[in-house]
Amino acid sequence: MRDPAFVTVTVNGQSLDVGRDDTVAVAVARAGLAANRRSVSGHARGPLCGMGVCMECAVTIDGRPGQSGCQIRCRQGMVIETSGEGGRD
Amino acid sequence: MSPSPDIIVVGGGIVGTACAAELARRGATVTLIEAECLGSGATAAGMGHLVVMDDSEAQFALGRLSRDRWDELSDRLPADAEFENCGTLWVAADDQEMAAVRAKETFYAERELAATTLDAAALYEAEPNLRPGLAGALHVPGDSVVYAPCAARALADEATEHGATVLTGRAVTRIDGQRVLLADGTAITAGRVVNAAGDGARHLTPGLPVRPRNGQLAITDRYPGFVSHQLVELGYLKNAHSSGQDSVAFNAQPRPSGQVLLGSSRQFDVTDPAVDHAMLGRMLRRSLDYLPGLADLQIIRCWTGFRAATPDNLPLIGPHPSHEHLWLATGHEGLGVTTSLGTARLLADLMLEGEPPLDPAPFAPARFEFVGGRHA
Amino acid sequence: MIERNAQVVVIGGGPAGLAAAVAADRAGADSVLLIDANVDPGGQIWRGETRRRPDQRNATAGDTLADFGTSAVLHLGESRVVAAPAPGELLVETAEDVLVVRYGSLVIATGARERFVPFPGWTRPNVMGVGGLQAMVKGGLPIEGKRVALAGSGPLLLAVADSLQAHGARIVLVAEQAPSHKVARFGMGMLMDPGKLGQGLGYAWRLRRVPYRRGWWPARADGRHRSRGDASDAPVSRAVLTNGRGQEIIVACDYLACGFHITPSLELVELLGCATEYDTYQGQRTTVVDGMQQTSVAGIYGAGECIGVGGLECALIEGRIAGLAAAGHPAEAAPLLAERDRERNRAQALNAAFSLRPELRRLADPETVVCRCEDIPLSRLVDLSSWREAKLHTRCGMGACQGRVCGGAVEFLFDWEPRSTRPPLFPARVGTLAAPRD
Repeated sequence: MRDPAFVTVTVNGQSLDVGRDDTVAVAVARAGLAANRRSVSGHARGPLCGMGVCMECAVTIDGRPGQSGCQIRCRQGMVIETSGEGGRD
Repeated sequence: MSPSPDIIVVGGGIVGTACAAELARRGATVTLIEAECLGSGATAAGMGHLVVMDDSEAQFALGRLSRDRWDELSDRLPADAEFENCGTLWVAADDQEMAAVRAKETFYAERELAATTLDAAALYEAEPNLRPGLAGALHVPGDSVVYAPCAARALADEATEHGATVLTGRAVTRIDGQRVLLADGTAITAGRVVNAAGDGARHLTPGLPVRPRNGQLAITDRYPGFVSHQLVELGYLKNAHSSGQDSVAFNAQPRPSGQVLLGSSRQFDVTDPAVDHAMLGRMLRRSLDYLPGLADLQIIRCWTGFRAATPDNLPLIGPHPSHEHLWLATGHEGLGVTTSLGTARLLADLMLEGEPPLDPAPFAPARFEFVGGRHA
Repeated sequence: MIERNAQVVVIGGGPAGLAAAVAADRAGADSVLLIDANVDPGGQIWRGETRRRPDQRNATAGDTLADFGTSAVLHLGESRVVAAPAPGELLVETAEDVLVVRYGSLVIATGARERFVPFPGWTRPNVMGVGGLQAMVKGGLPIEGKRVALAGSGPLLLAVADSLQAHGARIVLVAEQAPSHKVARFGMGMLMDPGKLGQGLGYAWRLRRVPYRRGWWPARADGRHRSRGDASDAPVSRAVLTNGRGQEIIVACDYLACGFHITPSLELVELLGCATEYDTYQGQRTTVVDGMQQTSVAGIYGAGECIGVGGLECALIEGRIAGLAAAGHPAEAAPLLAERDRERNRAQALNAAFSLRPELRRLADPETVVCRCEDIPLSRLVDLSSWREAKLHTRCGMGACQGRVCGGAVEFLFDWEPRSTRPPLFPARVGTLAAPRD
């Protein structure tokens, strides 16, 4: 049986258990990604303000793009996709 | 103080900068004066759709001349002017509008402007996000889009390269014969003055037959590929251009950034530049009617602008009928970005005794009776 | 579309908003509705408090949240005001719905956000705001054993350093840009105040092993990938601090938290036509309110950081006054006014202590990105004369954050006045703005 303290989400296809109170931005970090998007000129970016203002943590959640990952809590079965990880060498 | 210029152009929008560039290129000593920053008036509140309209012979002629000149200019435009030859699709909702598509195609064909009728299947192949059940479209491949504020800046730069002086952040308070008075108390004198101040022109030249028409615009976040052509409902003419009533029409534009720019609306007798929610709502519902997938896309900005509209929808290009030394280049309503370059050519030919490329009569300010007329 | 009407509507679920809502409810308002972007009440400062066991909560947070929980206030979380279509009416978007909210009176408690000052490397992953990193940790980010450097300005630096350390972070450095003598004066102010004294001594004791440098600020953030080495956008691996006299401190870190004090969030205030003014004490624009917290628009009140950065106690008491006045019982607020004025005065002194030094205007290189949404570097902005020109000619401020991040930066760098008074206040679905109204 599933531990009620955790939910399972997928980040870029990778399945992981996260705390049920974790935000989506935290789930991305727990998946080992410091960056969750590519800027318009292709640079890796991660969360900045943590409060839904800067939109740097934007990810696609369940197919809906541009969602502010720091403001949304993970739900069981959520599918999270980032638009770029790592850095441009 | 530098010697008096031959010509002062008042207004650094797309029309004023185009006129300044053309006049300077052809040897005139030009001073361009802009109250705020270049391209910040109606130029910033247009869609930048470079389109040849067919609502009158004169409009067509000016539109075609202008579009050709945009094509020539495009190689010299900086990247931030975002010139893109995306073409226009005039979308027909039903068989009746399809008949209008064919009539439009014939009109363009007779004047040797490329345009092709698309059936429904071809339309959906071109624009899969359009709602089902549409009849087809007229594809005008030669139409383009441009980001007009940066294009205006590029035209002002071109004017400067040809010796023009460009003053920004300098509001003109009065045009008094050959003298232009600025808000900072200074005055500049010139041989002739061109009032190209868009909607502001009527404040500087009382009695102009123009009135402000307010338009709303909205732009989405980046969704590359959502639309690929400038999409306009064929009913645009009957919805937005023909009556004096407030109206909306579906008008969606792909920006090179992947953003979707949404228009259009038309309101007269509005003085408040704030977004009008009722009108914006109507305009967006019209957009959703054609592109239902927009519903979940995010709008990041809405704004409005005033365009100078004349009674016959044609701009005022030429000498003021009663004020010696005063020339006009205003009244372009929603087509100022397209027709700016043709306007500049025509104005320069008239002012510098060149050979006008088209009949100037339909644009001559003297076609109207000016009320008022004299400065107090 | 859902319709909601309330006698008193409060925007913002931080301390000021909660205090206002509870005060209005207790004063007998027929209906009180609180609208907030977060899931839970508490705002940024009390993020996560509702999910802690009551005995582990911050005492003030516990009391306020308990009062709120037992009140009749209707809480509408995860909701954002995106427009004000008509007087007395707000358009509100949630994840799934659109609401039209009509109010008799309104309390704006939209708080503040961090001001960011661009420096080379500030766009790297794992360089975050000071409040930003704290919010991420409250949101579950594992920080135990991670090396964290904090730099910037304001009392938030020490508060967050203390909080992160309590979560197991290794605080490698705290760098405050304000010079020692100014911070010392602020510290003396705290010593004169018994309530603040305990807080200050607590930080000092718990952070006693952490280097706390005054008069130092970030020069750049370097980064390298473990596998691929240096890269322009690799996560931060070390912070380089300077004191402006040619000296540097270099510290290895997993996170660099940078914030340069906070700035009021005025978008809703301005959209509703409420007057704002440049506050010389604050060094920034704030909302104009009268003694009863009423803005220049009758029936609209302001409380907390959005009327000027003032801290927790100030926000709570302003919220209570605004809530009572909004509910039509201003007389009951009379006993609170003197205390409110004391808190405000103290806040002004605090702001003066942390005013930003001019050297910070020269941190960015020509290629340093200022507008993160549109990747506009400093070099494209330096020759321009206004925020509007920057927007029109470079796209600076035209992205998804609507200028909230770069606006605060260019306000400091160039003295431009970034004002945003148009809907939507936040990116909003086409469907929301298209929703028909009667």
